[in-house]
Amino acid sequence: MRATTPSQDLLRGIWKENPVLIQMLGLCPALAVTNTVKNALAMSAATFFVLTCSSVLISSVKSLIPKEVRISSYILVIATFVTLADMMLQAYAPVQHKELGAFIALIVVNCMILGRQEAFSSRNTVYRSLLDAVGVGIGFTIALVMMGGFREVLGIGTFFDIPLFGPNFEPWVVMVLPAGGFLTLGFIILAMGVFEERKKARQAQAQTQGDAA
Amino acid sequence: MNDQTLFSIFFSAMVVNNFTLALVLGLCPFMGVSARVETALRMGLANICVLVLTSLSAWVLNTYILENAPYLRIISFIIVVASLVQIVEMVVKKIAPVLFRQLGIFLPLMTTNCAIFGLAIFQTNRGYDFLQGIVFAIGAGLGLTLALVLMASIRETSELSDIPAIAKGTGLTLIIAGSLSLAFMGFAGLL
Repeated sequence: MRATTPSQDLLRGIWKENPVLIQMLGLCPALAVTNTVKNALAMSAATFFVLTCSSVLISSVKSLIPKEVRISSYILVIATFVTLADMMLQAYAPVQHKELGAFIALIVVNCMILGRQEAFSSRNTVYRSLLDAVGVGIGFTIALVMMGGFREVLGIGTFFDIPLFGPNFEPWVVMVLPAGGFLTLGFIILAMGVFEERKKARQAQAQTQGDAA
Repeated sequence: MNDQTLFSIFFSAMVVNNFTLALVLGLCPFMGVSARVETALRMGLANICVLVLTSLSAWVLNTYILENAPYLRIISFIIVVASLVQIVEMVVKKIAPVLFRQLGIFLPLMTTNCAIFGLAIFQTNRGYDFLQGIVFAIGAGLGLTLALVLMASIRETSELSDIPAIAKGTGLTLIIAGSLSLAFMGFAGLL
């Protein structure tokens, strides 16, 4: 196991190993409920809560969980916190709860959360698991809000319910439909591919210049 | 209770509200095992089996056990799904070892396939009875298979075409999925 500093634990999940954009985990909520920024935020908040609580709990009882049944135990812990999140949203944000519908319950099967438990919380201390969960949670939020932003601005012409373009804007309705989700994520990933390619080309150039000098 | 006809439930689950392309559920296998038509087809069939079994058990749980404890739904459904996937995995390993190797990690990953868990939740929310649930599960399974096979055939064809290096892989798959989803939007309003 490679040693990392606490700040690395926190920062890694935000961009370098972003769960949605790099690792392609938790795609279903990222595509299904990001038609507006508000929905994206509510979904990220619920996921953040479940991820952080499960990481802390699992890393604190990790020595009590037998290896053979660890996945089932993780799932049970996650399901408990999802039930809590579901009830809390229903009580405090009934409108968002209705909008998100079944997707709150579907946080249980978000592979990102289970993945963090298996890959990190089951082997590290409570403090580091907390940092890791917060980092990954922020990364997830960034990805979702980014997608929600693109889709809401193009598809409805508003950002966080604030109209941006005036009355003559013809909304690009397809962006708030499921097809728009696929296309938005596809284009984001293509754009990231372009940046990556340029970075590599620059490095190769620097390399050859260095060799020449 | 829900009084939709069986045919409208079936058709809606399979085409109009296709789980993958209209509801955006079950994306992991959709991205992961859609490289070959044959594997996609088999993955679809395995999905249908698990979906029907899930629908059956969710109905039993809802009717006989969870009547007074709806807050335990999420927890009990996930246990049922996990056990079912485990059983299907063992059966497939025993009777079709080649298929078991082809599907690889995606077979146990069916536990965290939102399409399967989603089916149990939708069925409960809509109040389907036993027969409606089974029809819903078969329709949803066929819909998943349809999406997987369509995707796989497009990807097989695109392998031979000239694609810019940056677009290869996930980016292209997502754009194709977007176009397929656009096409399926044409079915909206049929029912």
